[in-house]
Amino acid sequence: MGTAQLASLSGTMLFIAFLFYLVAVFFFGATIRDKHTTSDEKREKPGIAGNIGIVLTILGFLSQVTYFVTRWMASGHAPISNMFEYSTFFSMTITLGFIIIYLIYKTPVLGVFALPITIIIIGYASMFPSEISPITASLQSYWLPIHVSTVSLGQGLLSISFIAGLIYLVRQINQSVRNKKTTSLEIILFVIMIFLGFSVISLIFKSVGYEATFQHIQDEKQMETTYYMPAIAGPYEGELLSENAMEPWFDIPSWMHGKDAGRKFNTIIWSTLTGAVLYGVIRLFTRKRLGAFLQPFMQKVKPELLDEISYRSIAIGFPVFTLGGLIFASIWAQIAWDRFWGWDPKEVWALITWFFYAAFLHLRLSRGWHGEKSAWLAVVGFAIIMFNLIAVNLLLAGLHSYAS
Amino acid sequence: MDLDERKKLKQNKKKKRLIFRISILLVLVLAVVFVLVSNSKKDNDTYAEGDEAPNFKLEQINKSVDQKELELKDLKGKGVMVNFWATYCKPCEKEMPYMQGLYEKYKDKGIEIVAVNLDGNELVTNRFIDKYDLTFPVAWDKNKQVREIYNIRPIPSSVFIDKNGKITKRIEGQLTLDQLEDILKSIQP
Amino acid sequence: MNKIKCECGHVNPEGTVLCEACGKPIEGNQHITGNHKKKLLDMRYDGSARRSQTYNRSMIDKIWSFFSSVKVGIWLIVITLVASSIGTIFPQEEYIPEDAPFRDPSIFYEDRYGIFGKIYYQLGFHHLYSSWWYILLIALIGISLVICSLDRVIPLYKALKKQSPKRHKTFVERQRLFSETDHVTEQDKETLVKHLKQQRYKISEKDGHILAEKGRFSRWGPYVNHIGLIIILLAAILRFTPFMYSDASVSIREGETVSIPSTDGQYYIKNKKFTLEEYDEEDERFKASIEKSGNVAKNFQTDVIVYKAKGEAVPGSDPELEKYKEDKIQMNNPLKFDGITLYQRFYDLDEFKDMSFKLYEKDDKDQEAIGTFKVNLEDPKFEYSLPDGYKVKIDDYYPDYYFDEDDQTPQPRSDSTYPKNPAFIFKVYAPGEKEPEVSFAGIGKNIAASKDNQYKLGIVDFSTRDISTLTVRRDYTLPYFIIGAAIFMIGVIQGMYWYHRRVWIHPTEDGLLIAGHTNKNWHGLERDIEKAITDTSINMVEDQQEQE
Repeated sequence: MGTAQLASLSGTMLFIAFLFYLVAVFFFGATIRDKHTTSDEKREKPGIAGNIGIVLTILGFLSQVTYFVTRWMASGHAPISNMFEYSTFFSMTITLGFIIIYLIYKTPVLGVFALPITIIIIGYASMFPSEISPITASLQSYWLPIHVSTVSLGQGLLSISFIAGLIYLVRQINQSVRNKKTTSLEIILFVIMIFLGFSVISLIFKSVGYEATFQHIQDEKQMETTYYMPAIAGPYEGELLSENAMEPWFDIPSWMHGKDAGRKFNTIIWSTLTGAVLYGVIRLFTRKRLGAFLQPFMQKVKPELLDEISYRSIAIGFPVFTLGGLIFASIWAQIAWDRFWGWDPKEVWALITWFFYAAFLHLRLSRGWHGEKSAWLAVVGFAIIMFNLIAVNLLLAGLHSYAS
Repeated sequence: MDLDERKKLKQNKKKKRLIFRISILLVLVLAVVFVLVSNSKKDNDTYAEGDEAPNFKLEQINKSVDQKELELKDLKGKGVMVNFWATYCKPCEKEMPYMQGLYEKYKDKGIEIVAVNLDGNELVTNRFIDKYDLTFPVAWDKNKQVREIYNIRPIPSSVFIDKNGKITKRIEGQLTLDQLEDILKSIQP
Repeated sequence: MNKIKCECGHVNPEGTVLCEACGKPIEGNQHITGNHKKKLLDMRYDGSARRSQTYNRSMIDKIWSFFSSVKVGIWLIVITLVASSIGTIFPQEEYIPEDAPFRDPSIFYEDRYGIFGKIYYQLGFHHLYSSWWYILLIALIGISLVICSLDRVIPLYKALKKQSPKRHKTFVERQRLFSETDHVTEQDKETLVKHLKQQRYKISEKDGHILAEKGRFSRWGPYVNHIGLIIILLAAILRFTPFMYSDASVSIREGETVSIPSTDGQYYIKNKKFTLEEYDEEDERFKASIEKSGNVAKNFQTDVIVYKAKGEAVPGSDPELEKYKEDKIQMNNPLKFDGITLYQRFYDLDEFKDMSFKLYEKDDKDQEAIGTFKVNLEDPKFEYSLPDGYKVKIDDYYPDYYFDEDDQTPQPRSDSTYPKNPAFIFKVYAPGEKEPEVSFAGIGKNIAASKDNQYKLGIVDFSTRDISTLTVRRDYTLPYFIIGAAIFMIGVIQGMYWYHRRVWIHPTEDGLLIAGHTNKNWHGLERDIEKAITDTSINMVEDQQEQE
């Protein structure tokens, strides 16, 4: 098989994986109402729908592995060298983390949240150029796959902790009164809706093929930026070059620096708007807070089990993350950049993530933070991971910003 | 075990615990102090004021000085100003006439000036020497080794050495005529 | 110090929460763990007395107990976490972009980020990670690590070593997993123990009371990983000693030999050749991407020869060199010898190396050369002789030419010593003439000093060379970091992937009580017990936390 065929096969397999995950969500969703999924006295049984769900997930995962392997064969290097590849890989490790935890605990309700997050991240990945790109000299090392895959698996497992924690909160927080807790939970759910909004709106504009090119000046250099969504916020003093494209409503302020600041800001506006619309529609339709709406569906799973899953995922994920994100990272940095630690933003954020989970473990083991407190912490931990994936790559400059 | 014995035992134990805690805390505090002090010193000079000036031997390229090589240790007994400079550096250029003027005044009073040149090529330096009619030795630090040993960061920088070969002063940046004269007087043997 | 005597006869030290021998909760000490209102027992550190929480008499004791508190430790972690994140808002000093118009930190931050940048700079956040207070924070975490571990590991060790299978009834009843069975046959009891043994539980017995235990070593995981962290911090301290660690960088032009910094002139290095390779733009695989996002470096490498100086040389003088090693240095492939490591760091392409000029008559339309000469830009000669008695002298040379307009007397100057933009003032001596013609020549510049000039000089050729920058590192602390990291990983895995599980079997008149405790994975322990009671009439344990 030639590299071109391999590359196209690889793309197809990713799409197939995407479809598998999508269908699997519905089967996991069905377990919520499924009578066979009885919560008997001892433990939950996943039932038929749950079994089909996990089989579909595993099939999807295998398709994604095929995508990974064929892309590796086509490009000659591990496909984790740019944002598209890394994000896709991260979605794959979340799925793997989910499969591992599912096989231990057999809880279909996890899938109802885990797989959509996988899907959103694949959507996020598709926003970046997906062509197979050559790999720069600094990344040419066998440490690239070793380091990245371990970090990613660690983060995938830690994400499962967030998912279990989130379900715990949805299930346990008293929705009969409005207070700080319900509001915080609503904010979290709203942010998830924004991410969902991001995937939805970018897929829409991508399928339409919208493009608008602007000319503007940045850091005293003439530049061109292409928007893939209609510009609500244009580049600072930018000039629209494309025809049949919407003129921006306003320009971003001059203090927003960095590569493509305008386009990124515009994407944030669109995602927020779409997320707000999705959220608004659900609230209008159900006349309840989203948390209150979801709560009844979560009743079958025992909170103690969720708490344990959340903790266990961190117990399993923390050493993996340390190994990949700090130790392997240091070894490689020592070989490639002559120092094992250089306070690069990505390194610092890996350390922050590590500090955070270290604090989590101490709070839990030594100070007895269980249940709800622990669930809130799991959510914050995931926010840090996502910040590392999105903001550090896109906003903070550094050696790892392979998005630019 | 009677009460007294018990009390004694208890006190002993308490004493031991106190000694244990004090020694552990002491070790930890010492380590922290060491780290903080080293960290604040990190950017400072390897050879500080009061240290013995490390020796060096360089090619001498001022044609008006009858000497092919220059070794610092041969200048023992004199007060020595080692000036690090380059032709492209403007403040160095401003300093040169002061140095020349004072050299003429103090040369016979036991003061020597060594201008360590950090340019890459001889021609440029020679033209510069001619332009300012410099009569003190100019040493060519081709490999920038002497600069590294003396840990010179900005140029111009000057190191003043007394007759015993001790560094008495390090100055970063340009000196005024008065400042320079005061320092030269202070290292005069 | 008030010792507490339990009803079982055991004398416990002050501050004990659960009796060391039988596990009965000590009345009036439950508040220590904040557990006095709950039904379930707080099993942390097995209820043993933590030293620091008991005596608070002298200053030393107070400091000790401050650092011994996990709460303090967590606060330190959180503060460090927040501080670390501040350092990523704007780039740190060393990451100021190469192409920034102002690279001086005092200007850069304000210029690029406005008032916030200025504040950031003034607060010293541009070198946050080497600031004294950040280092102090890390150091305090280190102190907390040492004292916390010392304070807990000893009592826990004693508690686990001393533990007796025979426990007080309240201890058993107030465990999270618990069941009571009224009638149990001896046979069932034996089956239960057999099943536990099959699952590799260690069984100990006293007066019919049974303790089944598994994975106790995982309890040492936290202390092992803390030791690893302490070793890492010690290694970091070692870095401050110049003998263990040095760091320098050296730029070498192709063909040049220079001394390797920080080796006291012992080693010299020659840059034979620098190579930069890019990807083939016609490569089918990458064509689309290269068109869209541009090409990237496939390889950059420096071919070098390392020399050793013979004998002891006075710094500055040229020693005799002996070839020591010939190799290449690539990204991800450093060169190591005698504890020194050389890394490929940056490169600068195409600096001028030499330039050839020709002398011709101004009026000659064909610009036929009277003579040509080649100037070595690193070390130009003072004078060049041309055929037919012509002579060219270099009156002045500006390796990195610019015209200085700010000076009182505007004049040509050089910005550095590197031939980035070479320019010359030439004096041309025609045969027999005493007075030379002066002209100025550089790239794209050719100015006659006087209108009467008869000759002109033009550049006919030039050659360039690349500059490679290498990092020179000597680091004897690495092994300690590696050992520390390895011990840390062992400790974390030991503590996280194994679980300490205990099952107590407490005989009653005709039946028995079962209680289970683990530090994590209750689910797994439940399954173990479920397996153990199969084929018996013993009741499955209930999770009492769910009922609370």
